[in-house]
Amino acid sequence: MTDTSQQGGGPAAPARKHGETLMKLTARTKRRNAAERRFQAYGIAAIGVGLLMLVILVVNIFGNGMGAFTQTFITLDVHLDQSKLDKKGNRDLEDIKKVSTFGYAPLINRAFETKAADLDLKSGLKPKAMADLLSKSAAAQLRDYVLADPARIGQTVSFRFLANSRVDGYMKGRVSRESIANDKNISAAQLDLVDELIAEGTVRRTFNPAFIFGADASDQRPEAAGIGVSMLGSLFMMVVVLALALPIGVAASIYLEEFAAKNWLTDIIEVNISNLAAVPSIVFGILGLAVFINYMHLPMSAPLVGGLVLTLMTLPTIIISTRASLKSVPPSIRDAALGVGASKMQAVFHHVLPLAAPGILTGTIIGLAQALGETAPLLLIGMVGFIASNAPDGVAAGLMSPNSAMPAQIYEWAKRADPAFYERAWGGIIILLVFLITMNTLAVILRRRFERRW
Amino acid sequence: MPTAWLVVFVLAVSAIGYIAGRRRALNSAGGDSRALHSLPVYYGFNVALSALVPSLLVLAVWLLAQPMLVENRVSGMIPAEAIPESSTLGLVMSDVRRVAEGLDIAVQQGALSEQEARAIRADVTDVRARLGDLGVALGSDVRSEVLSAAQRYRQITATGHLLMTLVVAALTLGGLGFAYARTNKDFRARNVVERGVLALLILAASLAILTTIGIVLSMLFETVNFFRLHSWTDFFFGSTWAPNFRGDSELSILPLLWGTLYISFIALLVAVPVGLFAAVYLSEYAHGHVRAFAKPLLEILAGIPTIVYGLFALLTVGPALVRVFGRGSEGLLGVDWMSGATSVLTAGVVMGIMLIPFVSSLSDDIINAVPQAMRDGSLGLGATRSETIRQVVLPAALPGIVGAILLAASRAIGETMIVVMGAGAIAKFSLNPLESMTTITTRIVSQLTGDTDFASPETLVAFALGITLFVLTLGLNVLALYIVRKYREQYE
Repeated sequence: MTDTSQQGGGPAAPARKHGETLMKLTARTKRRNAAERRFQAYGIAAIGVGLLMLVILVVNIFGNGMGAFTQTFITLDVHLDQSKLDKKGNRDLEDIKKVSTFGYAPLINRAFETKAADLDLKSGLKPKAMADLLSKSAAAQLRDYVLADPARIGQTVSFRFLANSRVDGYMKGRVSRESIANDKNISAAQLDLVDELIAEGTVRRTFNPAFIFGADASDQRPEAAGIGVSMLGSLFMMVVVLALALPIGVAASIYLEEFAAKNWLTDIIEVNISNLAAVPSIVFGILGLAVFINYMHLPMSAPLVGGLVLTLMTLPTIIISTRASLKSVPPSIRDAALGVGASKMQAVFHHVLPLAAPGILTGTIIGLAQALGETAPLLLIGMVGFIASNAPDGVAAGLMSPNSAMPAQIYEWAKRADPAFYERAWGGIIILLVFLITMNTLAVILRRRFERRW
Repeated sequence: MPTAWLVVFVLAVSAIGYIAGRRRALNSAGGDSRALHSLPVYYGFNVALSALVPSLLVLAVWLLAQPMLVENRVSGMIPAEAIPESSTLGLVMSDVRRVAEGLDIAVQQGALSEQEARAIRADVTDVRARLGDLGVALGSDVRSEVLSAAQRYRQITATGHLLMTLVVAALTLGGLGFAYARTNKDFRARNVVERGVLALLILAASLAILTTIGIVLSMLFETVNFFRLHSWTDFFFGSTWAPNFRGDSELSILPLLWGTLYISFIALLVAVPVGLFAAVYLSEYAHGHVRAFAKPLLEILAGIPTIVYGLFALLTVGPALVRVFGRGSEGLLGVDWMSGATSVLTAGVVMGIMLIPFVSSLSDDIINAVPQAMRDGSLGLGATRSETIRQVVLPAALPGIVGAILLAASRAIGETMIVVMGAGAIAKFSLNPLESMTTITTRIVSQLTGDTDFASPETLVAFALGITLFVLTLGLNVLALYIVRKYREQYE
C-alpha cells in the first residue's frame, strides 16, 4: 500500500535510486509508518486512561468503603441493678421508662470497673474515662434492651456495646497515636487500654448489619449511623416513579409511535421530549420545589415529592426507549392483525405491545437505575440536612413523612465534619452501586433472554 | 386521608360499573355475545372509564387549583397595616397556613373541639402555647388577624374539600349512570372506548409539553419577582456575587458563569481528546473482541451516579492534587499553590472523567456513519490508516463531532453534584485553576437549601440562575442536535 503511494508520490517524494531494492523502506515511508504507530498508540493510551480511571474509581470505592461494613464492639458484663432501674420493684414498664439514659451510665461505668479489676488492668483510668471508649449511644442501647424485656432487671448480662468512632478508627488504622495528639475525644492512655482489651478479646471488630439496615445517627455518633432508613426512602420514591413513569411513558410512546399524525403538534412534542432528556437534573429540582412544595404545599422532604420529580426526569428516558422497542416490531405484525379485522387499537394493544414489552421493561429498569442514583433535585426538595432516624410505619407515612434517600444520605455524610462519616459515605456508595449493578444486569439479562430479531 | 378514600370510592364504583355494563350489554342481547356490536369487555370498559376518567381529571385539577384560590381569598383579608415592618404578605400567609395546620392537628388529636377551633380568640387564649403542647411549633405569638385569617383559611379549605368530594362523587355516579343507560346491544362500545383511550394517550404525550411549560413558568414567575426586588442590570452585568442578609446583596451572574465555563472547559480538555481517540481506536482499529470488551467497560463510567464522582473529587482527587501542588516543601513539587481540596482543576478533571464515555460513544456512532467507500477510496490511493482517519474520516465527521462536543459541554454546564462537592464556594474571576471557584448550579443549591425565605432576593436569585441555566443548556442542545441531524442527512 505504502509503495503505491511512493511511486505515485508528488515532486517532494524522494526518488528511489535506480536498482535499489523495494524491500528497503525509504526514510519517508519510515516516517509515515512511525506516525501510524504513534496514532494507534494514542488510541490505546486513550482507552487505557479511561479504563485506568475506572479501576482507580472502583479500587477507591472498595478500599475506602469496605470498612463501613464492619464495626468495633466492646463486650461487657453489665449488672442491671434493680435499685437503679426499678426502685419500686414491680417491673412496671411505665416506671422503668422514667429512668432516662443518665440512669444507665453508672451501670456501664461499673461494668468497666469490674472488667478492669477482673483483668487486673493497670491503666489508671477512671471508670468514666473507660466508658468514654463506648459510643455516646451506649446508654440508650442498654436502655432499649431493658425496655424490650424488663424481666432482665436484676440479672447480669453480657452486652455488646458499639465502640466510639475513634476506637473503631484505631481498629481500622484510620486513627493512630500521632493523629490523636490534638483530639480531645480520646487520649493515648485510653488507646493503651484498648490495646489491652483487644489482646484480651473484649474489643472485637465484626460485621455490622446495622450499617445496612439501621437508621442515620446524629453527627456525634458516626459509629451508629446506618443507611437502612434512607434505603426505604429510595424504595418509596422508586415505587412512585414506577407507578407513574411506566404507564405515562408507555402511553405517550404508543401515541407518538402508532397514532400521531405528522403535524406541528407532534413535532413540538417530539422536540420537547428530546430536549427534556437533556435538561440538567437540578432544573427538575427547581420545578419540584416551585410546583409541588411552594404551590401545592406537599410536605418538604417527602419521598412522594422526590418520586414525582424523578418521574418527570425519567419520563423522557422511558419514552425514548419505549419508542425504539415499538419501532423494532415489524409492520407485518400490525398488517396481519389489521388484515384479520382487528381495529388499530386492538392491533397495538394485543399484538405490538406484548412483543415490545421486553424492550420496554429493559428501558424502564435503566431509567429507574438512573433515577435511583440522582441526587441534585433531591437537595432542593429538602431530602438532606436532617437525620433520617425513624423508619416509616406504613405506606402512607412512607410516602408523606420526611425521609432521606440513598444518594442524599451519602451527600449528607460527606458534608459532616467527622472523617468517620467519610467511610460511611463510601460504604453507602458500595450499597448504591450494588443496587445499580443488579438493576443493569437484570436489564441486560432480560434483553438477552427475550430480545427477538425479526 | 379523605382524598385517598375518595379515590378508592371512584375506583370501586368503576369496578362495579365494569361488571354492571358488561352484564347489561349481554342481557340486552339475550346472553348471546354474537348479537352485540362490540365484544362484551368493551361495554364494561365504557362504563368503567366514563365513571373513572372525568372524575379523576376534575379531582386532579381541583387539587391543583384550590390552594391558589384559597390563598387569594384569605390574603385579601389581611390588611396592609397588619403586616409588620420587616415582613411581607408571603411571610404572614405562611404563618396563617402554619396556624391553620396547627388547629387541624389540635382538632385531630382531640385537644380542641371543632367549635373551639372556630371560636378560639388570640386575645383570650395563648394559642402559641396550646399548639406548642401538641408539637406544633410557631415562630412568634399568634396575632388576632393571623388567627382569624387562619380560621377563615380552614373554613374555606373545609368547604372546598366538601364541595370537591361532592362534585367528584356526583361525576363518578353520573358518568356511571349515563354510560350504563346508553349500554345496549347496538351501542358502538368499542369505538367509544377506543376514542377515549386515544384521548388518554394524547394526554400522556402532552405531559412532556406540560412539564416544559411547568419548568419555564415556575422559574419565570419567581424570576420576575426577583427582578422586582433586584436590578436586572446588576444581575446580568455586575461583577460581584456577594449575598448577605443586610439587604444590599450584589448578585451578579457573571462570576458564576465564569466559574461554570472555566470548569466545563477543563472538563472538555480532559474528555474530548481521550474520548475522541478512544472512539477512533475502537471504531477503526480495534478487533471485535477488544471492542466488545472495552466499550461496555468505558460506558460503565457513564452509568455511575454523579454523587460518586462528587465524593471522588472531594475525598480523593482534591487531596491528591493538594499533595502535588500544595503543602509547600512537604508537597511533591515543593510549591504552595493550592490550599484546599476544592478547586477548578479538581472539579474539571473529575467531570472530564465522567464525560469520557459520553464523548466517545457519541463520536463512535458518528465515525461509524461515515460511508466505508470514503475510507476505501483513501486507502486505495495509498494513504495509511491514520492518514485516512485524519484527512478523510475526521473531516467528514467533523460537524457531528462538534455536535457531540456541544452536547458534552451542555452536560458539563448543568452538572451539579461534582461542582457542589469539588469546586468550592468562592465567586471570582480568576485564571488560576488551583483556586476554588463556584458555579451556577452550586449557587442554586446553596441559595435554595437550608432556611429559605421566598420573599428575599437572595433566595429568588436561584430561580433567575435556574432559568439562565435552562436557556443556556437548551440553546446548546438545540444547536448540537441541529448540527448532528444536518450531518446525518448528508450521508443518508
